[in-house]
Amino acid sequence: MATYKETFAKLDRAALIPFFVIGDPDYATSLEIVKTAIDAGADVLELGIAFSDPIADGVTIQKADIRALKAGMTVKQALQFIKEVTDYKPVPIGLLIYYNLVYQYGHDKFFADFKAAGGSSVLVADLSIDDADEIAGPAANAGLETVFMVTPNTADDRAKLIAEKTTGFIYTVSLLGITGARETLSKKVGPLVAKLKSMTDVPVCVGFGISTPEHAKEVAAAGADGVIIGSKVVKMIEDNLGDTEKIKSEVHSFISSVRAVL
Amino acid sequence: MENKGRYGEFGGFYVPEVLIPALEQIEHAFYKFKDDPQFVAELDNLYKNYAGRPTPLYFARRFSEHVGFNVYVKREDLLHGGAHKVNNTLGQALLAKYMGKTKIIAETGAGQHGLATAMTGALFGLETKIFMGVVDIERQSVNVHKMKLCGAEVISVQGGTGTLKDAINDALRYWTSHVDDTVYIFGSVCGPHPYPTIVKHFQTPIGVEARAQSLEILGKLPDVITACVGGGSNSIGLFSAFVDDKDVRIVGVEPGGRGLATREHAATLVAGKVGVFHGAKSYLLQDEEGQVYETESISAGLDYPAVGPEHCMLKDSGRVEYVAVGDEDVLDAFELFTKTEGIIPALESTHALAYLVSQKGKLPAETNVIINLSGRGDKDVGIVEKNRPVE
Repeated sequence: MATYKETFAKLDRAALIPFFVIGDPDYATSLEIVKTAIDAGADVLELGIAFSDPIADGVTIQKADIRALKAGMTVKQALQFIKEVTDYKPVPIGLLIYYNLVYQYGHDKFFADFKAAGGSSVLVADLSIDDADEIAGPAANAGLETVFMVTPNTADDRAKLIAEKTTGFIYTVSLLGITGARETLSKKVGPLVAKLKSMTDVPVCVGFGISTPEHAKEVAAAGADGVIIGSKVVKMIEDNLGDTEKIKSEVHSFISSVRAVL
Repeated sequence: MENKGRYGEFGGFYVPEVLIPALEQIEHAFYKFKDDPQFVAELDNLYKNYAGRPTPLYFARRFSEHVGFNVYVKREDLLHGGAHKVNNTLGQALLAKYMGKTKIIAETGAGQHGLATAMTGALFGLETKIFMGVVDIERQSVNVHKMKLCGAEVISVQGGTGTLKDAINDALRYWTSHVDDTVYIFGSVCGPHPYPTIVKHFQTPIGVEARAQSLEILGKLPDVITACVGGGSNSIGLFSAFVDDKDVRIVGVEPGGRGLATREHAATLVAGKVGVFHGAKSYLLQDEEGQVYETESISAGLDYPAVGPEHCMLKDSGRVEYVAVGDEDVLDAFELFTKTEGIIPALESTHALAYLVSQKGKLPAETNVIINLSGRGDKDVGIVEKNRPVE
């Protein structure tokens, strides 16, 4: 698997990174949806493992977590899912996970198993840079890159520390708050991306609230190396439960339309 | 952060990056003002004249005769609002005022912390939102109404089982997008640093007073002290003054719900395993993969799958014993205490009374026990009636 730096360098445009909760609404349907996203032009995938109490996520992702858990999703099955995805096509996969799941699985074993499944990077939603050392060693030993978040209210010296410790890409939040599709994006995105790019040469990706091709274009024009789209596509699953073909066609057409403007 | 907020290996601040600046702000303000003479004087005045501190240490003669040893009751139930929660909300709301914030939010289970926050929101003229699980809203409707009377908005939380943990999830979510003008007033000694430290600080008067009252009334320290443990704020408030008194035995009582053999309990320290949840490392009720259990207790205020990090440390060091008592024993103790003393105890605090009942015949007659009666039970009368109809 190529590093993010190599993957992003090969693209002459911003990377398109959709986010899905693994196993939403169930294992088989979820796998079809993710494959559809790859076929429609996703460059990188951000996949989440469902957690009972996802405090960093908005209501759309929270509901997806509940659907996946109700369908019987487990961490072990999620790793199998990732293997099936990377067997289908070797796209880089960034994982979003809550810390307690890593903690209970065992740090070293978790990162080793995720790497073996074909994963590229890990973002622990409730682990800040202050405690990055709890995962940095095991992740590096397994050959995984780390992803950390920077938000518009992150102080400069802190952003610098995050930029130094991040080995994969920086996940920049385009607005304060939690995940969720929104009408307009914050004007703070451009300056924030520029600031981060002056601090590091790892890719800088933007997420939270990106829900139209225009948003994606705006973010790419602001200099982002990647555009992460989560709640918008997850909502397509929620709105069409039981109609897998409709979900796939909506996801396909949305991702193609975003890809077309990047 | 100026401090890592660790109690041994427990505690810390395991939160999304977006919350860090908000926690830093609160931590900074806490260290800046906690010993500030004006802040201390203002809080002391509120404790005395608004909340009703100091609370008495009362010898429960008839209950003592029943259990066969001496039971002294720390009367936090007499505080304004009917529970120890006001100690903390006065402190944190005053801190919010000193920080120049205009809005406060809080989570609540039994409604006691929500009510205490709503009262102080009214007192300081702060816009107040209370997040409460939909199930708790139903079982604590009187407190919901009181909160609204104080001018607070009560936000019904539908997620999960509609109890305390879901209320905290939503309050944290709301806070992440309103950190500029809003302070989150956390109700117990759990959650991310600096909350375990802040809430403990504002609850320490319980133990400080009880220790001095024991020396005054008994001429010596008690042999045993006990309190219920949900998140663990009233118990830390009592225990902290006695932790260094090696001869004082300390017992924390957790909710055993329908029995530890079932999953329908919330006895985190007795039956949990270490994990990371709601911003802190602590014992946690969870499945093998780390998904957090939905807990069960007859007392909404103890219905929580995690527990304060300092309690975890006190358990591991062996300084404090933690036990669990089940719902039925709690109801028995509720009836007994009310009949012998004419005091209706909160079901939360009644867990500690039930533990004392279980010690009948086991503790020598000359034993002096202090139990923290953290709240009054008016709010629970409906629940008790449903379970134990009065003839």
